[in-house]
Amino acid sequence: MSPMMRGTTDNGLLLPVPDADGEPFWTYAARGELRIQSCADCGGLRFPPRPCCPRCQSFATEWRLMSGRGHIWSYVRPHPPLLPGYAEQAPYNVVLVQLADAPGIRLVGNPVSAPDAALDSVDPALLRVGAPVRAVFAEIAPGVTVPRWLLERP
Amino acid sequence: MTATLKDTTAIVGIGQTPFARQLDPPEKTLACQAILAALDDAGIAPSEVDAFASYTMEETDEVEVAKAVGAGDVTFFSRIGYGGGGSCATVAHLAAAITTGQATVGVAWRSRKRGSGPRPWRDTRAQLPTPAQWTRPYGLLRPVDEIAMLARRYMHEYGATRDHFFNVALACRNRAAQNPAAIMHGRPLTREAYMSARWISEPLCLFDNCLETDGALACVVVAAERARDLRQRPVYVHSAAQGLPSQHHGMVNYWTDDPLAGPSWTAARQLWKAADFGPSDVHVAQIYDAFTTLIPLSLEGYGFCGRGEGAAFTEDGALELGGRLPLNTGGGGLSEAYVHGFNLINEGVRQLRGTSTAQVPGAATCLVTAGEGVPTSALLLRS
Repeated sequence: MSPMMRGTTDNGLLLPVPDADGEPFWTYAARGELRIQSCADCGGLRFPPRPCCPRCQSFATEWRLMSGRGHIWSYVRPHPPLLPGYAEQAPYNVVLVQLADAPGIRLVGNPVSAPDAALDSVDPALLRVGAPVRAVFAEIAPGVTVPRWLLERP
Repeated sequence: MTATLKDTTAIVGIGQTPFARQLDPPEKTLACQAILAALDDAGIAPSEVDAFASYTMEETDEVEVAKAVGAGDVTFFSRIGYGGGGSCATVAHLAAAITTGQATVGVAWRSRKRGSGPRPWRDTRAQLPTPAQWTRPYGLLRPVDEIAMLARRYMHEYGATRDHFFNVALACRNRAAQNPAAIMHGRPLTREAYMSARWISEPLCLFDNCLETDGALACVVVAAERARDLRQRPVYVHSAAQGLPSQHHGMVNYWTDDPLAGPSWTAARQLWKAADFGPSDVHVAQIYDAFTTLIPLSLEGYGFCGRGEGAAFTEDGALELGGRLPLNTGGGGLSEAYVHGFNLINEGVRQLRGTSTAQVPGAATCLVTAGEGVPTSALLLRS
């Protein structure tokens, strides 16, 4: 069974299951672009993606390119019991990154020492609220790419 | 004159099964046991029941329950979503139905085998409801991982410490010690045990998490007029509210301007607006405690202290018997049982009847809340 059909990477990490609203995010990510949905009428950014603008109710949308820079708003370190693929790398690091270009839009992700490195590849002592990070991209299964985060000054 | 729910209905019966990590009977059987116990407590025949309310996550539906326990013709039924956020709304929906003449005797219930049953987040095939595409691939798998993110930020922003979370865990454990029905009865908690416990999701440890529990509970709601003639002292539904804030996202409320102000704030505004008294008049509180972090957040949301002051509020024994706000006097989800918060409703009733195992002397008002961090609900009860 292919990783896509299984819903996981070869090492057991869950693959995102996009819906119609979220699909463009993942398509752009596969090109190495971090883009956030915005209203084509009033320009307001919104996340997670949705059919219409909560401010002006317009259905006209575009996807705005972000710089990929941000800072850690919060972080956690899960320990087992976890799904097997995650338990193998546990305890690992998960961060919530507030985007520099769009305060209030925060992306969950993993801080890593290199795009393809393991979820536990950063020393947790280096993590702190406010630490600057930048986006990189990792193809975790054929055709599936997720943003990950490098510490700017590790 | 505007219609009101204020004191128009009362909880007149409560019932529950034993609580344990593992119970043999199926959920349907447990549900029926709790419901019949509550009706027996009220002194009302099952054939008089004409309304039911439970959670959307309840496995046994009202058709099965009604025919099993021998209910009469049912003219109102309702299900409330968002897991533990639904607990208090079950009573609120029954109160509204009875007050508006849609029914006369209502039963709310919750039956759950979470201790021995499956955990949804473990199933990779049924994984990933749509919003989870933004969180679970990165390993934010369980509710505790989602709340730990808010806990860390709360600690950073307001100087909350693990000792504050310990205060919450300890208050619940101390009350469980007084409650023979509690899973943690006879198992005291020490600061040393808390601080050296294994991590579940840093910064939250084992004792920051509720118990995996099998069990069921139920309560009976009737009009205030009828309540006065029954065998138990009525516990009046003084005010009720639900809360789904603007731009809320559920457990992962990370994308609002203010992720640390959750649904409690929205429910609280409506709850107090419809009440004759305020937070300083609450004698005892049953606040939803799936995780210790939810307590300081809820204390702020429901107005017991200012923004950012919830952690400090827990100091100096404030949550213990004799403190400023005795909390979760049956032991709560952290130490009595985690049945999606329904045990908090029944414990609120016991306090206002004067029959709690950790009785607050003269308690006449009680706040009960449902899950913070998800669309929620709350009740103000009074004797």
